[in-house]
Amino acid sequence: MAIDEHSVARSERRWATAMITASATLLAAIVYASLGAHITPPSNSLETVDPATLHVAGEFVEANLGTKVESGGEVVARIVTAQFAFQPACVVVPQDTPVTFRIASPDVIHGVMILGTNVNSMVVPGYVSRVRTRFQDTGDMLMPCHEFCGLGHSQMLAHVRVVAKADFKPDANGRATCAPE
Amino acid sequence: MLRNSRLILAHLWLAFAAFGAAIVLGLWQMWVRSPFAAPLASSENYFMSVTAHGSAMGYVLTTFFIMGFGYFVAETALSRPLPFPRLAWTGFTLGIVGALLVVATVFSGRATVLFTFYPPLTATPWFYVGLVMVVVGSWIWCALMLVAMAGWKRDNPGQAVPLAMFATTANAVLWLWTTVGVAAELLFIVIPAAFGWTQAVDVGLTRTLFSWTLHAIVYFWLIPAYIAFYTMAPQLAGGRLYSDLMARISFVAFLIYGLPVGLHHLFMDPEHATGFKSVQMVLTVLVAVPTLLTVFTVCASMEIAGRLRGGRGLLGWVAALPWKQPLVLATGLSFFMLWFGGFGGLINMSYGMNAMVHNTSWVTAHFHMIFGGSVVIMYFAISYEIWPRLTGRMAPSLGLQRAQLWSWAVGMMTLSLPWHWLGLKGQWRRVAQFDYTDPAISWWTPWMAMSLVGGILLVGSAFLFLWNLASFHRAGRSAEAVPPMNFAVALHSGGTPAALNGFRIWNILVLVLMVAAYAFPIAQSFIVKPPYAVVHRVDRTN
Ligand SMILES: [Cu+2]
Ligand SMILES: [Cu+2]
Repeated sequence: MAIDEHSVARSERRWATAMITASATLLAAIVYASLGAHITPPSNSLETVDPATLHVAGEFVEANLGTKVESGGEVVARIVTAQFAFQPACVVVPQDTPVTFRIASPDVIHGVMILGTNVNSMVVPGYVSRVRTRFQDTGDMLMPCHEFCGLGHSQMLAHVRVVAKADFKPDANGRATCAPE
Repeated sequence: MLRNSRLILAHLWLAFAAFGAAIVLGLWQMWVRSPFAAPLASSENYFMSVTAHGSAMGYVLTTFFIMGFGYFVAETALSRPLPFPRLAWTGFTLGIVGALLVVATVFSGRATVLFTFYPPLTATPWFYVGLVMVVVGSWIWCALMLVAMAGWKRDNPGQAVPLAMFATTANAVLWLWTTVGVAAELLFIVIPAAFGWTQAVDVGLTRTLFSWTLHAIVYFWLIPAYIAFYTMAPQLAGGRLYSDLMARISFVAFLIYGLPVGLHHLFMDPEHATGFKSVQMVLTVLVAVPTLLTVFTVCASMEIAGRLRGGRGLLGWVAALPWKQPLVLATGLSFFMLWFGGFGGLINMSYGMNAMVHNTSWVTAHFHMIFGGSVVIMYFAISYEIWPRLTGRMAPSLGLQRAQLWSWAVGMMTLSLPWHWLGLKGQWRRVAQFDYTDPAISWWTPWMAMSLVGGILLVGSAFLFLWNLASFHRAGRSAEAVPPMNFAVALHSGGTPAALNGFRIWNILVLVLMVAAYAFPIAQSFIVKPPYAVVHRVDRTN
């Protein structure tokens, strides 16, 4: 069987060119998605918080957790993930509105995701995780912890309640909570 | 028979003993997570089992198989005795003592931190000491591979190191680089915390150091499979290696691109900003290249074999291949799973799309398919191929070997396709029990049942594998002599550039890339000085 060295080299060059082109196309698609369509991972810049003191001072004190419409009109949901519960266990947000989640942990690593959405982030003690999103459908969605955080990890589960804009009624301080069932 | 048969068999049997135990645990874990009531189900037992399963498969099966196979290649491909066999036994002893320490600490319930041991959850220090001993044992192997290759080069000046050995040494070099990250994490942060010498840790830094190891370790695991693709499959099919040069470029590319990309495991983490995540994302796209080159060269080599065997037309050569040869069959099955696994990998690395699947069952499915499927099936086939050389006995039945390989591939697809789907739909990872009464979850039941069937098939296949290996030892010495081990010869030999016959310039390149990719992400911890997190010990009942 005669295949000379030149034809081997030629076939390889062709294949390598095709594969490098394919990889470059893939890269271009990803770069377009991130720069053009702003589809990027959460927590674009670094923000730290002391896990030992976050419950006594600062934005993650208990009274400040949950959904709040800030003075500028931005909807922010602050959550503390701790062994083995979310605080609060239910977060209410308006439909079709930009929402920012700010999440911190006082103990170990946790993870947060909201089923049926692209909301997904690790929560690493020492740092603030931030996810911006917009919910399309109303209803209750599961928000489990997705990183092993100890023996009670499987029970660590919360909900996000998406309500129509008209039904989203923050109080005088801009706070909104899930109505008791 | 080989001079070092006993050494190699000791490594491989230890690897497969760990595998046999771990796969039973894996099936039990699936049962616990499923809607069907399982015996002994509790959080304590489940996470203990996950820790044992992951450590045994990821650290024991792989490391000992790779070491044993490396010693085999060094002796057969170089046709000369292994240097310092006593040191090799020292490495083995260190490794087995370390592995036993891991087993003892895990099953005493004092190391339930999973095989990724993310701080500040902290196990008993002896769990980490056990892991370090396994790694140090493997470093001895790395040194022996380097010495063996250097010795051969000294005695054969100007000649190209046989490809199988070049690739094995590339893996040794890769492993030395890879383990730096996790070794730094364990020695400087985790072990001092576990002994109680420090009370708090920089969690972001531990994750960064672990990510250094996390991607390249997978290449450490898969390089033996690629060695079999390039040097064993074409030989058994009766063909030639299409291009020795391309093969070397692929192995060097694994070494270079496997390392500076680990931050892609931290896309969803808050301790790194967009900048370095995107730098490493770009480098990650490049890691697809060596695998794509391999697909071409291996297919071209197999085509030569098929045509020499009389195959005609565009695809007639495929049918003409000797699929009865277990290693040829395994190569086909492995490539099949590689398509699915590779596609899944592209989704994972895609910066934004990663959010869709991060820490869901999709990820578990992905690494089971690509490692448990594409790679481990080649560990089986390699074992079938080298066991006659280690024992001096021919296989009693190739049919049983083929049945084992088929059942493994079918089992792995049945197990992991439902996991992919559930993960895409949001099933999250690392959970002992789900609430199947929740309507958001109840529809999972048939998919969980299907993957459980896959798990049962895999356990059956694993036992058949161990049976097949044991039957070599039971068989009488065969009348026909075992043919010597030959690796595939390249279509055209000679002309290997010096750069592709050693690792000096590639090591320099790795160093440059690692500084570019990791210097800032690591230094950041010392510049920003993030608050530390208090150590949470799991080895004390409280
Ligand atoms: Cu958790
Ligand atoms: Cu990776």
